[in-house]
Amino acid sequence: MELKRLFLKANNELENSGQGGKDRKVTCRKCQKKNTVTKIRNNNFVCPDCGHYFQVRARRRILMLTDRRSFIEMNRDMKSVNVLGFPEYDDKLRSAMDKSRENEGVICGEAQVDGHKICIFSMDSNFMMGSMGAVVGEKITSLFEYATVRNLPVLGITVSGGARMQEGMISLMQMSKVSAAVKRHSNAGNLYITLLTNPTTGGVDASFAMLGDITLAEPGARIGFAGPRVIEKSLNRSLPKDFQKAERVLECGFIDAIVTRSEQKTYIAKLLKIHGM
Amino acid sequence: MFKNTVNTTDDYAIVLEARSDKRLTASDYIDSMITDFTEFSGDRLFGDDKAVVAGIGFLGKMPITVIGIEKGKNTESRILHNFGSAHPEGYRKALRLMKQAEKFGRPVLCLVDTAGAFCGIDAEERGQGRAIAENLYEMADLKTPMISVVIGEGGSGGALALCHTDRIWMIEDAYFSVVSPESCANILWKDPGRAGEVAGALNLTADKLYKLGLIDKICRKNKMKELSEELKKEFEYLGTLKTEELLEERYLKFRRAGYRSY
Ligand SMILES: [Zn+2]
Repeated sequence: MELKRLFLKANNELENSGQGGKDRKVTCRKCQKKNTVTKIRNNNFVCPDCGHYFQVRARRRILMLTDRRSFIEMNRDMKSVNVLGFPEYDDKLRSAMDKSRENEGVICGEAQVDGHKICIFSMDSNFMMGSMGAVVGEKITSLFEYATVRNLPVLGITVSGGARMQEGMISLMQMSKVSAAVKRHSNAGNLYITLLTNPTTGGVDASFAMLGDITLAEPGARIGFAGPRVIEKSLNRSLPKDFQKAERVLECGFIDAIVTRSEQKTYIAKLLKIHGM
Repeated sequence: MFKNTVNTTDDYAIVLEARSDKRLTASDYIDSMITDFTEFSGDRLFGDDKAVVAGIGFLGKMPITVIGIEKGKNTESRILHNFGSAHPEGYRKALRLMKQAEKFGRPVLCLVDTAGAFCGIDAEERGQGRAIAENLYEMADLKTPMISVVIGEGGSGGALALCHTDRIWMIEDAYFSVVSPESCANILWKDPGRAGEVAGALNLTADKLYKLGLIDKICRKNKMKELSEELKKEFEYLGTLKTEELLEERYLKFRRAGYRSY
């Protein structure tokens, strides 16, 4: 397996701190208040005024949750191919790569959390909504296989709209493929922690997102199988406000704990420590 | 009309035909292939989902567990079976009976015919995603031979939840898709009218899926006797494998999906 040092390059409004060293201001979608990028970033990408959770890029997540310079990336070069010749897919892949400056929607590798060695995968909503095609499935499966052989825990940070339609049944089969790899990892006695972030839906929700030994979620994250609009349409009425929200999903019994961004690293380190890893 | 090749139109016709209410349902297959069929109920957690019909019986001389998604035959029974869209309880009933099959060394036959897992508040809050995930996870190393046959509609994750098996077969005019062509066209172009066009691109027919190596066999339609013979033969073969071999083959079957296609 190919290993590469991480070097950071990402592209969204919070990742570029502006040209010429000037600290840009960003408007919060929820409270409309403006804050500088630096201020928001130093506050774990949470709005200092209203507590709104800004979207965090996959690489940044890894940086926030693991020890400095501990991350070694795997399979970074894997790129998707339009196997089915699906209309417009080539263009979509190209623009996703441009926009995200990543080759695919998940970043995988080895890292440490407070000195505990782990394997980590982190999905990126900027790459075709974090949808899962063959490469996303392959990278996560490889990571679990790698972790199984070495008896390492896996930490998975999910964000996804589900299976990638443009790859047809190949993408649906990734649900099976990854789930089987998770099972083998589990059978060997290894720990798998998931951190579900907004949104974790569809085929990802119905496979590896829901298969952790310990399932954590970010406050307010939407977690569910079916899209709310589909349900709303078939019911012909609006949905309860907390529907598919992490807090409600916890009440329903599918999440162990909701952990705020500022606490996540310490929380995960504690779990690893208790498991003696 | 859309700019279609003949082929794509044909594919959409297959989807529409697979939804037809004149089609044979899971219970027809059970009636004609399984003797002494004895139906069981309930997931032992919440309830009994009639969208999933499951029980035990004989395939020839072989005791077998059969799990089918049933759409119903007339308005009344279609409502009873929720038009073949299972709630989490349906998938959990299926898993319970698969585990029972494992315990008693019976092979498992899944008959798949669903537009998809049910989408609703209750289904979500009782863990539709978790129920499907758990099936994929547990079926990955269930220690008994399993074959699934898609007999009509193979609607996305709700169908896949019964297809993590040693063999996936399809009736020649069934379909299996990650998404319905209508919602796909709607998501991509806000135009469900382009479903016909996108059906071809999704590669959802038995023919195309076989060529892609994602299914193992195409079965002729309305040939129950033939199907039942083929199933017997295949279960007998799978039965000769050592458990480790069976599970390794199952793992590799899914491991290969999409492997090196990038
Ligand atoms: Zn705010």
